[in-house]
Amino acid sequence: MHETKTDVAVASSPWSGGTAPFAVNSKKLGMWLFIVSDTLTFSAMLLVYSWVRLSNPDWPRPFEIYPAIVKSTIMTVVLLFSSLTMVLGVAAAHKNDRSKAMRYLLLTALGGLAFVVLHTTEWINLFHEGYKPWSTPEGVPLFGATFFGITGLHMLHVTTGVIYLIVMALGYGNGKFTADDVEVSGLYWHFVDLVWMFVFPMIYLMSIKL
Amino acid sequence: MSEHGSEATGHSVGSTKLFLTVWIWLVAITGFEVFLGYEKLEPKLMLTLLVALSLVKAALIVAYFMHLKYEKLSLALTLIPPTIFCICMILIFFFPDSWRLLQIRTQ
Repeated sequence: MHETKTDVAVASSPWSGGTAPFAVNSKKLGMWLFIVSDTLTFSAMLLVYSWVRLSNPDWPRPFEIYPAIVKSTIMTVVLLFSSLTMVLGVAAAHKNDRSKAMRYLLLTALGGLAFVVLHTTEWINLFHEGYKPWSTPEGVPLFGATFFGITGLHMLHVTTGVIYLIVMALGYGNGKFTADDVEVSGLYWHFVDLVWMFVFPMIYLMSIKL
Repeated sequence: MSEHGSEATGHSVGSTKLFLTVWIWLVAITGFEVFLGYEKLEPKLMLTLLVALSLVKAALIVAYFMHLKYEKLSLALTLIPPTIFCICMILIFFFPDSWRLLQIRTQ
């Protein structure tokens, strides 16, 4: 008798399964967990960068107001703007406005693409000035290693995100994906934006040519 | 969080006006960071200020754009404190050495 009483108590507890403790679908929880692990990857990279940046008094300051700072500021605003269109796209998707959501998603992907193009020209420019992943004119290879390592990993995320968003826009347009899937892709995109909010000041603004 | 719960009819919490307000704040803080970049500050102080401002921006993005403010509190409590804990663990291992190095350099 006592045993069955316990069984009933277990079955009705939240731990017995059948309830969603976070009240989100599994894809969304999965994306959040990915974001946490990716946050730690970028944190480790940015902390190591901070370490070498602060402990090196001869750190190169190659970023002139034009093109580097003007360009990277425009890139930041473009990425922020694509986050805004993303959030509006998710809102449209939840209102079942498929064509509007699709347009916003493609606009977001376009913002990401603009970011990639601008950043590539910025990289090429630095290359011509002699800043490479393995050497700099000042003889501080750590600058090249950290700069191209961190912005490169971020660029990989943006490129992946652009592909993800285009696939999502087309799939949502023809009914393959749901509004919840759009929201999950939005989480990824906002995270990419969030990482740049740290990369831009810590890398660019810390090394402005004064 | 609970007062928003009554309004939340599922997902689409937050109006276009709210998103625009958050966006304008994000752009404004970015502008201030660029201004700060041209001030002649000591690198350590500069980095601290910039990271502090970026944390504000990150919080705005996570809360409003990533919708975490309107999710169940249990989700935020599962995601945010462990992340902060892990970042602190990374910090503990890196920074004592880096500060020691700074003191050696300045002498």
